[in-house]
Amino acid sequence: MTEQAASTQGASPTPAAARTWRKPPTIPNPVLRYGIVVAVVAYVIYAAGDVNLDIGRAIAGIPKAWDMLMQMVPPDFSRWELLLSGMLESLQMAVFSTAAGVLLSIPVAVGAARNIAPRPVYLLFRAYIGVVRTLPEVLIAIFFVKAFGFGAFAGTLTLTLASTGFVGKLLAEAIEEIDPGQVEAVPAAGASWPLVLVYAIQPQVLPRYVGLCIYRLDINLRESTILGIVGAGGIGAALYNSFGRYEYDVSAAILLLIIAVVLLAEWASGAIRARIQ
Amino acid sequence: MTPTITEPRELPKVWQRRSRRDVLRRFAAQLAAVIAVVWAAWGLDVHWPFVLDAPQQVGDLSARMVPPDWSFVDDVVPPMIETINIATLGTILACIFSVPTALMAARNTTLNAATLWLARVVVVTSRSVNELVWAIIFAAIFGPGPMAGVVAIGVRSIGFTSKLIAEGIEEIDRGQVEAVEATGADRAKVLIYGILPQIMPTIAGVVTFRWDINIRQSAVIGLVGAGGIGITLNSAMNLFNWDQVTVILIAIFIVVMASELVSDVLRRQFT
Repeated sequence: MTEQAASTQGASPTPAAARTWRKPPTIPNPVLRYGIVVAVVAYVIYAAGDVNLDIGRAIAGIPKAWDMLMQMVPPDFSRWELLLSGMLESLQMAVFSTAAGVLLSIPVAVGAARNIAPRPVYLLFRAYIGVVRTLPEVLIAIFFVKAFGFGAFAGTLTLTLASTGFVGKLLAEAIEEIDPGQVEAVPAAGASWPLVLVYAIQPQVLPRYVGLCIYRLDINLRESTILGIVGAGGIGAALYNSFGRYEYDVSAAILLLIIAVVLLAEWASGAIRARIQ
Repeated sequence: MTPTITEPRELPKVWQRRSRRDVLRRFAAQLAAVIAVVWAAWGLDVHWPFVLDAPQQVGDLSARMVPPDWSFVDDVVPPMIETINIATLGTILACIFSVPTALMAARNTTLNAATLWLARVVVVTSRSVNELVWAIIFAAIFGPGPMAGVVAIGVRSIGFTSKLIAEGIEEIDRGQVEAVEATGADRAKVLIYGILPQIMPTIAGVVTFRWDINIRQSAVIGLVGAGGIGITLNSAMNLFNWDQVTVILIAIFIVVMASELVSDVLRRQFT
């Protein structure tokens, strides 16, 4: 009652309501407010049933988790040669796929920029970007493994393809935001279409492009550490196998190595991008 | 008072865009990049027979995948619903844990240096370990199934949501917090009346954004046994039922697209 009064009368509440102040509710409509609460609770009960959430199993998992943690300490770095070669392969996949991906993403971005590409070309490239970005990378990797066999090559192709979608989309957005004046001025001086790209558009988007390349290198490095789970090369295979053999101390060593490399890459990527922009 | 004009002594005769030092630095960076790419290409270890064989393999695979086995749609719907439920429950789980974590991770609301570092460790660990790895870990703990998936998705999301919510907390208006403190409110009341109302839109936006990402991730964690459509996909591939694989891929594509749309529409409501 008081809430309804407060919400309908706004700033001048009835004297009865004014005696104790109440926080105005985030959602003013009480039907909607309690409706949302009821809907969420009902959904959680239904969904918990659907996925077989079971308190008994959750409790049974606690000692198992503790067991696993105890087996992970201390991490076993004794097979460091395996870890090193796996990590180097991941790094190589990341570097090569980024280089190839960012080069291929230039035509993708030009095709997907609304302001410079003809309408049918624009739609075609947008559809390409949509498909590539929607499919999870691991699924793409599975198909490249089927087509090209196990190993780093399949993973590199996956990351290259994913990079063209990612950098292509963001670079296309950068091209759409450029100053159109220069795109008019350069052809007015008699420049042909390729020269417009080089002299009017490229200088305007280059800083963004370099930033995107470094950002994508960071993402590719993260992804390259897990694609091995589906056989696409890198350190992921060693990680998956160590779990399969219950060698949790080796798993812990690999995880620590991955976390260290990922953090280092994130820090370096951020530092370089901050300097460029 | 005529200004004295000093003759510049050693100006370069021809204008140059960059100083010699800049030229050298840029050259060094480019050289390093080229060396890195060549080194990476060296390690690719391409088996050319496999590559030359690829067009045939792709053709063979395509022939098996098309036409899709549409009768399989009925078997795709229940695991797809399970996938969406895993993503949503995982997001709710992350939401519950990320608000306290974010409060500890924000410099202006954390209790002391220890809580700040604890929160940072949680954020870093959650974010740097991939969802597939979390799924493997929790499948080993809880046994294979969607429950491992829910926990994996939740744990994987905590870092992301906490980090973004903490950034929101650091940007709040100090004035409102001071005003509540001035009335003599204790810490809990300051939190409820001074801080939370300011970050509610951030929380709603971040969580919705994460839900969209989680749908995509829930679709693959089944590959390592953590429930959802990934399990169906894995078994279809193991049985070489490629015409069913096509149906599953189309289903994943539709659900991911739809979730992106829903997430976009919802986020526009919050901001």
